[in-house]
Amino acid sequence: MNWWAFVLRLLVIAALIPAAAYVLGYTFLKVLAHMQYRLGPMEAGRFHGVGQLLADGLKFLQKEDLVPDKADRPVFLFAPAVVLVGVVLVFMTIPFGPPPLNIVNLDSQLFVMLAASSLGTIGVLMAGWSSANKYSMMGGFRAAGQLLAYELPLILAAVGVVMQAGTLNLDGIVEAQSQFHLFGTAIPIPYVIPQIIGFVVFVIASQAELSQAPFDMPFAESELVAGFTTEYSGFRYLFFFLAEFASNFAFAAIGATLFLGGYWVPLVPEKALWIVGPIALAVKIGVLVFIFFWMRSTYPRLREDQLQRFAWKWLIPIALVNIGLTGVLKVVA
Amino acid sequence: MTSVQSHLSASFAAHLADAQVAVEIETPEMTLNIGPQHPSTHGVFRLIAKVDGERVTEVEPVLGYMHRGYEKLCEVRTYAQVTALVNRLDWLSGYCNEIPFILSAEKLMGIEAPPRVQYIRTILSELARQATFLVFLGSFGIELGALTPFFHTMRDREKVLDLLESVTGGRFHPNFNRVGGILDDLPPGFVEECAAVMDDVDKMCDQVDALLFGNDIFRERTLGVGVIPLDKGLEYGVSGANIRASGCAADVRRDEPYLVYDEVDFDVVTDTRGDAFARAYCRLQETRESTRIVRQCLKALPSGPIMAKVPKVIQVPPGEVYVRAENPLGEMGYYLVSRGGRIPYRVKVRTASFNNVSVLPWLLEGVFMPDLIAILGSLYFILGDVDR
Repeated sequence: MNWWAFVLRLLVIAALIPAAAYVLGYTFLKVLAHMQYRLGPMEAGRFHGVGQLLADGLKFLQKEDLVPDKADRPVFLFAPAVVLVGVVLVFMTIPFGPPPLNIVNLDSQLFVMLAASSLGTIGVLMAGWSSANKYSMMGGFRAAGQLLAYELPLILAAVGVVMQAGTLNLDGIVEAQSQFHLFGTAIPIPYVIPQIIGFVVFVIASQAELSQAPFDMPFAESELVAGFTTEYSGFRYLFFFLAEFASNFAFAAIGATLFLGGYWVPLVPEKALWIVGPIALAVKIGVLVFIFFWMRSTYPRLREDQLQRFAWKWLIPIALVNIGLTGVLKVVA
Repeated sequence: MTSVQSHLSASFAAHLADAQVAVEIETPEMTLNIGPQHPSTHGVFRLIAKVDGERVTEVEPVLGYMHRGYEKLCEVRTYAQVTALVNRLDWLSGYCNEIPFILSAEKLMGIEAPPRVQYIRTILSELARQATFLVFLGSFGIELGALTPFFHTMRDREKVLDLLESVTGGRFHPNFNRVGGILDDLPPGFVEECAAVMDDVDKMCDQVDALLFGNDIFRERTLGVGVIPLDKGLEYGVSGANIRASGCAADVRRDEPYLVYDEVDFDVVTDTRGDAFARAYCRLQETRESTRIVRQCLKALPSGPIMAKVPKVIQVPPGEVYVRAENPLGEMGYYLVSRGGRIPYRVKVRTASFNNVSVLPWLLEGVFMPDLIAILGSLYFILGDVDR
């Protein structure tokens, strides 16, 4: 690969992250508002408040970048960047279309993707610890415990897909889905049907990885004020905000690729996928993100011990059973 | 090596070993100041909590940030002016606060308000109760992390407040009662509007019942959390839905009927579980009972004057009286002492929240931090009612 092509792709990703975060952030405001019998932002940007987040972002940039006196200064300043870098790495591994449209093409791409998605945990722990605030620290530790517990079901859910596709390469997984005929159906179907158990586990686990209700204990505004972000202000807070919605996008992209066929659409010729592919992926991501936000606005919050129990006693055994089933069916079929 | 040196180094090693052990076994307690500014304390309320990880080992509530000296202020106000003050005790159900005070003044003067007034007072009290409980049903969800029910209950509370406003002109602080009667009659069309809103409130109750109380996570978070046994609750003087959830069928409306509560048919909702879920569920059921009471009152509403015969200048003869009433948050009582004249000599207010909060240090010992918030929410106190 040419180095300039690589740099170009990196720049695209760098532009894509704020854009994706913007669209998702706006969608979130609107979806939540309408579910809550509100209109949400309506003024900024003339049309239904589309400029609201831009205004919010500018507001954050103007604010003073406060660092608490007793904070561990370098760690405190660096933590938001670590969180965002984790998201950037995930974005690099998303296949947005047929081969030239992906940034990297690795044999163990899914492995890299899932590994990168948990990098943000370190940033969260750094933020929680270095803030010198008791609420921040509790939030940080809660986040760490939660992300560790839910990493496992997330990966186990993906293992079912990997077994069925026979590859860790994401393009390979998409291709496998384009050739998968369950009981000899005419149209190939995505893995969400055969891997329905894995899909449900994946959605629940990614909701927990994203720290959204019912798994939003790290923020838990009624208990911890604002969790590990309590002491942050200005553009550093904006970094967390960006990372939150960008990782929403990233997890939805992982889910869409693994279970909904990624950029592939049935009955569309191979050549047209160059244009249709990214659009199809965006739609699929939109569907998943809507499910995430829907759950977020519906459920109350679990308690920390209940959350751990749920992961270890339910999600992980179910994911393991799913792997076993997949193995048996793979051998039988 | 001399013996002194060896002794020193030995003792040093022993100290070091002690220190190591201490580091390994003891996790230091952390003192966490919850409040006075904290999202879940409903105002300026402070809890000094000693926490060991997520577990709360000891809690000391600090009250008084909102003390406004209303009892003292009552001693330099005329009877008509006092109602404006007591509106602000439990600010969510301002109207209900007026009732026992006015009744105590009327009792000392030997006046009884006309039947129509009694009915209107009952209707408005129950509307205030519904408005308060709708806030509770929504905000309790927020405390447990469910944001959505809050907006829906607030929408329907708005309708109830509109009704209150159409009668009294005030939403939070109606200041509508006068000794011997009320300020004004019901506006035209009130009966029909009120009946329609009662249907909305009932529908809201059904929705909250399904969305919140039927939710597994909600049940997991509240069932068996913060259990107040009946004897403990009675010891601390807990009242209202908090004690009814522990199995005590105490309701002033039933036990010592005032206004027209002896003429309407309603159930005293009780539960035996005594936990956060039971307290919240009792309030939900009481909202339903409340709409039932309002419907009956609307049907039986008599016509007649809205003011008894009272002198131009209200002067209360010497004497003392204690009148209590069932307010949304629990039992509220006024101990009124008069030495004659236009102003009360002493007014002692028994507010429900103050006694309900007193159970906290006992109740919060050894709970988890998230449960602490759930328990605070389920006790449902208003800071204006605690601090006066």
